Amino acid sequence: MSDTKKFLYVNRKAPYGTIYALESLEVVLIGAAFEQEVALAFLDDGVFQLTKGQDTTGIGVKNFSPTFRALGDYDVNKLYVERESLEERGLSEDDLQEIMYEDEDDDWAEKPSIRIVSRAEMADIMAEQDVILSF
Amino acid sequence: MKIGVVISEGPYTHQAADTGYHFVKAALAKGHEVPRVFFYHDGVNVATRLSVPPQDERNIQKNWTELAKEHGIDMVVCIAAAQRRGLLDENEAERQGKDANNIAEGFRISGLGQLIEMAIQTDRLVMFGD
Repeated sequence: MSDTKKFLYVNRKAPYGTIYALESLEVVLIGAAFEQEVALAFLDDGVFQLTKGQDTTGIGVKNFSPTFRALGDYDVNKLYVERESLEERGLSEDDLQEIMYEDEDDDWAEKPSIRIVSRAEMADIMAEQDVILSF
Repeated sequence: MKIGVVISEGPYTHQAADTGYHFVKAALAKGHEVPRVFFYHDGVNVATRLSVPPQDERNIQKNWTELAKEHGIDMVVCIAAAQRRGLLDENEAERQGKDANNIAEGFRISGLGQLIEMAIQTDRLVMFGD
């Protein structure tokens, strides 16, 4: 068994209302120190986690959405978002915040971390993983 | 096969801690190894020794404590999730200036790194949640 595994964090829940999204992100941040191959998937209500302009002042809960923009610094730069989940909720890529990373293999060019994939492609991505953590 | 297990829902409200328990028992009976069980989200509440379910109901914490003792399973409770929910061992209670602790025998509080390490070192990771 190789020392590096492919980890996929599957985010299925809305960012607020339950703690799953926040505690998922905490695992991602800690896990980044283990130098594994990491990707995140957003589907079902999980796509709301990446929407821009989140304002939680009315509910007294910390807005953790800016943390997603820091993931590039942790070498976490594959954020797969399921197209059908967006469409079913009346969302498009334009509703998501811009999340960039610097590609060290391409002279540190800034590239988008969010990749919109179809439901069928998401199934293929899941099939390729060694470890799937579902939140 | 080495199997790592995650329990991510609270006891009694959800089936996850029971199903996980039955799964681990069955896996061990088949000759598999379960070196560690990691408790996350409300799953950390399994580890309180202060729960007192009615006598004609199963005691989820005791089930886990006995199973872990019998098979040498390392039961780890996530510290960040535990602190939010009021699960403390003796050291943490003292460090946080709290007047009590409530961790049951067989459980230990540690970091999320233990979850990642378990996923790396086992052949399969199985999550029990919602």
